[in-house]
Amino acid sequence: MLLGPSLIVSAVLFSLGVAGVLLRRNAIIIFMCVELMLNAVNLSFIAFAQQLGPEGHVIVFFVMAVAAAEAAVGLAIIISIYRFKETVNLQNINLLKG
Amino acid sequence: MTLPLFWVFGGIAILSGFMCITRRSPVASALWLIQTMFSLAGIYVLLDAQFIAVIQVLVYAGAIMVIFLFVIMLLNLGRTKTTDMVGRPGQITSLVLGTLMTLELFVLNKVIPAEQFRLPEGTMATMTDEMGAVGMIAEPLFRGYIVPFEITSVLLLAAVVGAVVLAKRKI
Repeated sequence: MLLGPSLIVSAVLFSLGVAGVLLRRNAIIIFMCVELMLNAVNLSFIAFAQQLGPEGHVIVFFVMAVAAAEAAVGLAIIISIYRFKETVNLQNINLLKG
Repeated sequence: MTLPLFWVFGGIAILSGFMCITRRSPVASALWLIQTMFSLAGIYVLLDAQFIAVIQVLVYAGAIMVIFLFVIMLLNLGRTKTTDMVGRPGQITSLVLGTLMTLELFVLNKVIPAEQFRLPEGTMATMTDEMGAVGMIAEPLFRGYIVPFEITSVLLLAAVVGAVVLAKRKI
């Protein structure tokens, strides 16, 4: 069965996504790393669905719909920040910093 | 046969995920992420999820990544001179945290679903043969999960309106 190997790949991809969010300062790349994490979670849902029934596929379907909505809204926010600040580097976006 | 094929796709996915978080240019990052998504679609086929594999390529690698590339193009971020990596202390911190997290999640490798929930081996493959790849998902989606499905449409509508309002210069 492929459950164990799938969960290993999923774990590594998720950690890569977390590392990307921590390492990068470009807002768009951080956003792509969030997508990477969502993909890693989808992979473990599919791996479990192979043994527990097709409900896992339905959940993945919903995750994809939420990811699409999130990408649209998030990128719109990045565009409006860029209009205001002329940069997407998170170091320069510190309006809420005390 | 499936296991070597799985590791080919899994290796490509991990390698391109690593390239995605280390490339300097956002365009290169996005292309490596698309590569990861394609190999994940391959893994989905090996895990008897053909419909999800198709949706992965169409929606994720197609639609969502096109929005990303479109925004990168719109903001003209393609050529970056300086790297946007955090400094050495941040790199070490995230290396330690990432390694810890990988180790913690590796415990999942030992996970075996409880006997009474587990389907007999090959059930999903026979279900796909009997009901078709789409029918297998449509059955629970339109019976058990019909309310979340309808709520998803409201969510997408809200996202469309929100994206237009946020990105528009003057309303």
